[in-house]
Amino acid sequence: MLDIFFFETNQLLEILEEILLSSEKSNEMSTEDIDEVFRIMHTIKGSSNMMKFNNIASLSHAVEDLFDFIREGHSPGENYSDVFEVLLASLDFIKEEIAKIENGKKADGDEKLLLEGIHDLLAILKETDVVVQPKVEKAVANKSASLKNYVSAGGDQNNTQLQKYCVKVYFEADCMMENIRAFTLVFGLKDICGELYYRPKEIADDNTTTQYIIDNGFDIYLSTDKTYAELKKLFNQALFVQSHTLEAVESFDKEIADLIDSEVTLVETVPESTEAIKQQADGLKAVKQSLISVNINKLDTLMDLIGELIISEAMVTKNPDLKDLPLENFKKSARQMRKLINELQENVMSIRMVPIESVFNKMQRIVRDMGKKLDKQAELIIIGEETEVDKNIIGHLSDPLMHLIRNAMDHGIESVAERQKAGKPPKGRITLRANNTGGNVVITLSDDGKGLDRDKILKKAKDLGLVNNLKLENELSDREIFSYILHPGFSTKSEVTEFSGRGVGMDVVNKNIEKVGGGVYVQSQLGKGMTVNINIPLTLTIIEAMKLSVGRSIYTIPTTLIREFFKAEQKDLVKDPDGNEMIMVRGECYPILRLHKQYNVQTSITDICEGVMVIVEAEGHTLCLLADKLIGDQQIVVKPLPKYLQNFRVAQSGIAGCTILGDGNISLILDIKKIINNER
Amino acid sequence: MSDFFGDIVEQDEDTLSGRFLTFIIDRDTFGVEIKHVLEIIGIQPITEVPELPAYAKGIINIRGKIVPVIDLRIKFKKEPVPYDERTCIIIVEIQDVTVGFIVDNIDEVIPIPPEDILPPPDYKTGFYNRYILGIGKVGDSVKLLVDCDKVLAEDELEEIKQINQ
Repeated sequence: MLDIFFFETNQLLEILEEILLSSEKSNEMSTEDIDEVFRIMHTIKGSSNMMKFNNIASLSHAVEDLFDFIREGHSPGENYSDVFEVLLASLDFIKEEIAKIENGKKADGDEKLLLEGIHDLLAILKETDVVVQPKVEKAVANKSASLKNYVSAGGDQNNTQLQKYCVKVYFEADCMMENIRAFTLVFGLKDICGELYYRPKEIADDNTTTQYIIDNGFDIYLSTDKTYAELKKLFNQALFVQSHTLEAVESFDKEIADLIDSEVTLVETVPESTEAIKQQADGLKAVKQSLISVNINKLDTLMDLIGELIISEAMVTKNPDLKDLPLENFKKSARQMRKLINELQENVMSIRMVPIESVFNKMQRIVRDMGKKLDKQAELIIIGEETEVDKNIIGHLSDPLMHLIRNAMDHGIESVAERQKAGKPPKGRITLRANNTGGNVVITLSDDGKGLDRDKILKKAKDLGLVNNLKLENELSDREIFSYILHPGFSTKSEVTEFSGRGVGMDVVNKNIEKVGGGVYVQSQLGKGMTVNINIPLTLTIIEAMKLSVGRSIYTIPTTLIREFFKAEQKDLVKDPDGNEMIMVRGECYPILRLHKQYNVQTSITDICEGVMVIVEAEGHTLCLLADKLIGDQQIVVKPLPKYLQNFRVAQSGIAGCTILGDGNISLILDIKKIINNER
Repeated sequence: MSDFFGDIVEQDEDTLSGRFLTFIIDRDTFGVEIKHVLEIIGIQPITEVPELPAYAKGIINIRGKIVPVIDLRIKFKKEPVPYDERTCIIIVEIQDVTVGFIVDNIDEVIPIPPEDILPPPDYKTGFYNRYILGIGKVGDSVKLLVDCDKVLAEDELEEIKQINQ
C-alpha cells in the first residue's frame, strides 16, 4: 500500500514538475495545464490523507485551493511567477517529506510557512481580481452549460446500454474523515460511470458532511455499463467500506432532482469528472502510455528461462540422433522456431529498457534554479530523451549529469554582461543529447560558455606530475590534455579560480561512468564552449566478450578491455633477474601473465610461442595474458558468482562473475582490473 | 492474503519435517532433511573455479541458475573416487544459499520420528561428527543425519578473516 503511494505520488510530482517548468518559460499556463495541476494536487491530497500524512495533505489542499481559484478563470496574469515560485517550493516540500517516509523516518516537516505563503498569494490574487469578476461568472456559467450539454448528450447516447444503480454506502465506524473516503470512492468510480451523482454533495471541502455520512450513509447514483456483479465486487473491495446496498433502478431522476438542478456547487465538483472523461476520450491516449510495474526478479527469471529455451532449442535441432537424416520439413519448422525465440529474447531484453527522459527532465530544474541563484540566463535543450537505457544504468546517470550541468552553469556559462561583451547571445545554451549507436548510448552535454584553457590545464598537469615525461608537450593532443581534468588531483577547490573551476567533481563523474562500463571524454574550444561525451553501454547485464580456452576451462574477457591478440615469437621474450617474463611489442615491454599458472589449470600448452597472447588494458595499465586458444566473441549475460562462493577468495583472484555459454557450459569472466592490480 | 499463503507454507513444512533423504558415501548412509532438498540430478560437467578448497569442486548450470557443488566425500575426509553413473548431485537450499552435494549414491526417502534420533557421539570419536546433527535409527540400520548449516558455515571463512586481520 505504502509502496503504491510512493510510486504514484513520485510519478505525479514528476509530471507536475514538467508542467511547471515548461509553463514557466512562457510565463502562463494553458487551461489543460491548470486542470492537470489541480488534478495532481487533488490526488496527492486524497492519497496522503488516506495514509495520514497530514502535512502533505494540508499543503496540497492549499495548493489545490489556489488552483481551484485560478481555474475558475481568475488568471493570475502578472503574478504567475509568484505562483510558480510557491508551487515549486511546495513540490520540494512534498518530495522531501516523501523521501523521509521512504527512508523510514517520520514526515515531520513544517508546512506552516508555505501555507501562509499560499494563502497570502491567494489573497493578493483575489484582490487584484475584483475587476474581472463578471468574466468569471460568465466562465462559470459557460462551464455549467457545457456540463449540462455533456450530461444530456451522454444520456442520449448511452441510455440504451447503461444500467442505472442506486448505492448506499456505510463506512467503517472508526475510519475517520468519512467525507474523504467518500470522495476517494467517487473518484475511483468516475472512470467507469457515465452519470454520477452523490449525496451529500460537498464531500471534498466541507467537513460537516462527515456527520451526515455517518448518520445517513453515503448515497451514490450512477449509470454504468458494468454488470451488477462487477459493481458489487468493486464496492466490496473499496477501502473502509463496511456495508453497502446496491440496487438497479429504471431511473433515478426523482431522487437526484435536487442534485442536478440546484446551485453552482454541483458545477464545481462535477466538471472535474466530465473533464476526466473527456480527457480519457482524446488526450490521454496520446500522452500517457499504459504502464505496469513489475518486480525485477520476475524479469530476471524470464530472462533465465529464455536463455534455457535457446540452449534446449540447440539441443533439439543439433541432436546427434538427427545427423545425416533427410529432414527438410523438420528443418523448416526449426528455423521458424529459432526466429520466434530470437524475437522473444529481444522483447524480453527490451522490457528492462526505460527512456532516459526521467533523468534528463530533472536537469531542467537544476538549470532553472542555478540560473536564478547565479543571475545567469541559460536554457537547457534536450534532444533524444526517448533513447532507451537499462534500468540499472539510469540510476547511475543522474549524479554525474547533475555534476556536469552544475559545472556548466557555474563555470561554463558567463554572466549576461560578459556574454554580450564576447558577442554571444545573452541567453546561454546548454544542450543535452542522447543517441543510440549500436551497443552504446552516447550522451553529449555541450554548453556555449567559456570553454577550457588548454595551456593552463597543461601547466597544472605538469605541476601535478601527470604528464608523462617521455612524451613531448607538443605531441599531446587536445583530447589528451583535456582528459587531465578527469584526474582526481584536479578536483580541489583551489582550482576554481585558477581555471574557472572546471574539474570540480569531474573525477567523480568519470568514476561513476566507469562503474557502469562507460567512458568520458572532453572537447573544448576556448571562449566557445565545452562538450562532454559520455559513452555508456546499453545494458549492464549483456556485454560483448571474447572467449579464450585454457586447458578444459573457458574464460571470457569483455571486448572493450582487449587491445590486441598476437602470436608471440621467441626473440621478443625477455626475463628479468627475478624470473618475471616479459614481452617486447613494437618497442614497448609488457609483463606476461600465464592464465594456466594463475588459475592452476592443467594444459598441454605451456610454451608461450604456442599459445595466444592477449594484451588487455584497464585504468591505463596494460598486461599480456597467455591463453591456449582464441574461441571467438559472443554477447554474454553476466551473472554474479553464487553466494556460497563469496566465502572464498574467488573474487579477489580476478573472477568477476560467470556466464552460461550457448552449449550450456559455464565460463568465468575475468576481472581484468583486479588482475592487473594484483600484478602490480 | 499473505497470511493465507503463509499457512500453506507452514503446512507444507509440517508434512516435510521428520522425513529424510538418505544417500550413501563410502559405506555409510547419511540423511538430509527433505525440506532442504530442491532436486536430485545425475553428475554433470563441473566448471572449475580458482581459489576454492579441494572439496568445493566448482559450479554447475541448472536451468540457467549457477550452483556451486561440494564433494561431500572430500568434505568428510574420505578418499576421493572417480565419478560414475551412480554419482548424484543433491541440490539443497539453506537460508537462501543453494548448493549441490556430490554423493556416491541416493538411497531413499524415509520418515524418522524425533524419538529415534540420538544426539551425535562425542566430538572426538569421529572426524566428521562436527557436521552431524544426530543419528537416526531405522530398524537395525543407522543413518547419520547431516547438519547442512554446518557443512556450509565455513571454517575457511574464519581463517581468511584472521589472515586479513
